Amino acid sequence: MRFIINEHSIEADVDVRTSLLDLLRDHLGLTGTKKGCNQGACGACTVLVDGERINSCLALAVQYQDREILTIEGLGTIGDLHPLQAAFIEYDGFQCGYCTPGQICSAVAMIGEIRRGLPSALTEDLALEQIGFSEDEIRERMSGNLCRCGAYNGIIEAIRATYAEESAQEREAAA
Amino acid sequence: MSILDSAKQAMMGAIVRLTPDAPPDPLIGRHGAVGSQLSRIDGPLKVAGKARFAAEVPYDDLLFAAVLFSRVARGRITSLDTSGAKAAPGVALVMTYQNAPRMGAPKIMGESPMAGGPSNLPVMQDDRIHWNGQPVAVVLAETQEQADYAKSLIRIAYEVEPAITSFEAAKAHAHPPESVLGEPPALETGDAEAALAEAAFRVDNLYRTPRHNHNAIELHAVTVVWDDGSLTIHDASQMVHQTAWTIADMFGIGEDKVRVISPFVGGGFGGKCMWYHQVLAAAASKLAERPVRLVLSREGVFRSVGGRTCTEQRVALGAKADGTLAALIHTGVVAMTTHNSCPEQFSFPARHLYAADAIKLAQEVADMDMLANTFMRAPGESVGTFALESAIDELAIAMNIDPIELRRRCEPEKDPTSGAEFSSRHIIEAYRRGGERFGWHRRNPVPRSTRDGEWLIGHGVATATYPYYRMPGAGARITLSADGHALVQIATHEMGMGTATVQVQHAADRLGLPIHQVSFEYGDTTLPMGTIAGGSNQTASVVAAVRAASDALFDELLRLAGNSSPLAGLKADELEARDGGLVSMQDPTRAENYAAILKRAGRDELAIEASAPPPIEVQKYSMHSYGAQFCEVRVNETTGETRVSRFVGSFDTGRILNPKTAASQFRGGIIMGLGLALTEETMFDERTGRIMNPSLAEYHVPVHLDVPHIEVIWNDIPDPHSPLGLHGIGEIGITGVGAAVANAIFNATGKRIRELPITLDKLL
Repeated sequence: MRFIINEHSIEADVDVRTSLLDLLRDHLGLTGTKKGCNQGACGACTVLVDGERINSCLALAVQYQDREILTIEGLGTIGDLHPLQAAFIEYDGFQCGYCTPGQICSAVAMIGEIRRGLPSALTEDLALEQIGFSEDEIRERMSGNLCRCGAYNGIIEAIRATYAEESAQEREAAA
Repeated sequence: MSILDSAKQAMMGAIVRLTPDAPPDPLIGRHGAVGSQLSRIDGPLKVAGKARFAAEVPYDDLLFAAVLFSRVARGRITSLDTSGAKAAPGVALVMTYQNAPRMGAPKIMGESPMAGGPSNLPVMQDDRIHWNGQPVAVVLAETQEQADYAKSLIRIAYEVEPAITSFEAAKAHAHPPESVLGEPPALETGDAEAALAEAAFRVDNLYRTPRHNHNAIELHAVTVVWDDGSLTIHDASQMVHQTAWTIADMFGIGEDKVRVISPFVGGGFGGKCMWYHQVLAAAASKLAERPVRLVLSREGVFRSVGGRTCTEQRVALGAKADGTLAALIHTGVVAMTTHNSCPEQFSFPARHLYAADAIKLAQEVADMDMLANTFMRAPGESVGTFALESAIDELAIAMNIDPIELRRRCEPEKDPTSGAEFSSRHIIEAYRRGGERFGWHRRNPVPRSTRDGEWLIGHGVATATYPYYRMPGAGARITLSADGHALVQIATHEMGMGTATVQVQHAADRLGLPIHQVSFEYGDTTLPMGTIAGGSNQTASVVAAVRAASDALFDELLRLAGNSSPLAGLKADELEARDGGLVSMQDPTRAENYAAILKRAGRDELAIEASAPPPIEVQKYSMHSYGAQFCEVRVNETTGETRVSRFVGSFDTGRILNPKTAASQFRGGIIMGLGLALTEETMFDERTGRIMNPSLAEYHVPVHLDVPHIEVIWNDIPDPHSPLGLHGIGEIGITGVGAAVANAIFNATGKRIRELPITLDKLL
């Protein structure tokens, strides 16, 4: 089977029962993606496929051949962190760090959803083309990513700080 | 406790009280790295997905494990058919009691300083079943998929025996435990029942709290390997040394033959001590003669790693007309097993919080056939404060006075049960500051009087409290290099508390070095023994050990400095560490840096190991942390849904070492408290003894949208009797939250709920 992971083409010979999560962790050594429940309930295994977030524990690897898979390792590195990774450190958006890669991957895709105008259960005006970055809008959209240490406040602050800043820069560039 | 033990303890107490105080830590008043908002030093590793957890350690030739759990609560295995599993593709081993290596039963935690067993039950040694969910077989295969499939082919038959799986039935035979964490299970001063009967105001109610599970997001996992009779366990552990010792004891090998390594733990909360999976992985690996990775499924965690037990508590308060207490009664019973010792010390808050003419406290346990229960974040205090602080609120309402004013009137001068002086107690100040921040004076005390459309709004408050502990036995090693770098080593634990970050800050100040010149190694039994990460003791214990090592280091540096040094003739207590060296406090011109001392002595490095002095302070003083938890709720009149809209936690926990990580610790505790108040319950089938909701889909921990911005503030008043003036803060955050929420819900709706969690059905 051939996979495209973090812009690299990778061949792997795995059981058809293997989840995308186990492929990453047990077969490819990409252990940044975490297993918290293996049931799609905690979000620790969130990765991006063609820019959309999925729970990789509920995905069979065999179905994700030739798709663009992005994991935390592809988002940024210790020497070259993604702005959201840096903001998680600055705003203390984690304690034990186990749910963190999933939170970060989830947030990256979530921002894309907001920008594309996809409504959430809390979006009041479905006709709006530009949905606001309110705290509750982000909380609702991030509620599939559990954090048992309770770093939720820091996570929301990190997301808001990163994307409020980016949005401001984009507006400036457009002007 | 026997009469002899009591007499011995009383005598020891008298001796300790006469012992003079140790001089306060000289760093208490000093500002440096300690107190700064240093970001977590392991932050880059964690956000980049490069922090390596126990299930992520690579080995060639690794086998993957799957564990099968019993489906009956009590009985014996009558037949075992593993032939299908053994024949399945990729299977290397099927282990049951029939072929498991012979091992001794684990020594229970608390039995001796090194014992860490969760119970004293043998692990897969016989056909006996003791709880519904007991591991009965382990399959090892080349891949996880093969192991999971082969497990499904095992056929087991049981002879079922009657089991006690009903708490109601078990309560009929409840009895006092031998002790409650070394304290007597019952205490009585005066005749509390008589005082209650005669009191001007009375409340007397039962409160119930359910079972809880820690549910750290990281699944319990180990990667183990045997090499020439020595065992290495990559574990997710909050007690590396006790785990190593206990497993070595079970296998009958020397404790130096077992190494436990645990640099990162994906959440612990009391749940990541020693359980059965470490032993099973080690045993299976021994048989298969290959490295093994065992990751429990989420269901497996519920089946084989204990949680917090259920409680039923009576709190009765009798007040005099002036608002002081004539009687305080806090009694109750919790479920436990006959093979562990963890009686959920719910009566501890009432031992220290309020002055009362007569006090009656008593804890009992009801023996059940279930998985051994264990410590979970603020064991005792979390659920004990729900009952006690709900009752205080009920009494204030009965007396028509403000609940904060009632607490002020009941504030004791000395510890109400031990008579000891408080080392540092500024609870009223915490209430004052918290009330101001929350706007308590604006609340309407009349229940069901504030609404916003269909939402009823209410405000509640409760006291948080947790003991200060410092555990004996911690040692640390400091290695000073000729380039002025210090390496601090101690086998302590980092589960997200910020241990490594704060200890680097501490060592930098202690040694007078910049932060980047200090590194900290932990989580490995080859390092000097620390203490378990429990009882919020770790920071105080590690700081005391590192201080002892630095004192010894300074003595040795002075000796090495010799007569040609500007420091010649000075004693260690005349010096302070500053700017990478030692300086005379009297005459700052007399100074020499570490590099110069080592160079002249011809040394590349200097390593010193020392142990912390015994924690006399906890025997001499009543040492506790406090807080005031303020909560605003919105309760939907139609659906009964409760939303927490505002929360302020105001804490009195000694000196805060790092405001950034401390705020996260407090918030994390409060958020777990919101789960305890509103959603969390491990559902136990009283017919079969089986946990019915063993998943994160059905055990409801708070999610992003359940959690508002939580404000946390603190007094930051150092405790003169603790290292650095600090108190541990990992657990206090969860205490008081259950009652603050319940009290706010009463204020919103006029409904008093005395059974957690406060779900929608209870408010309709």
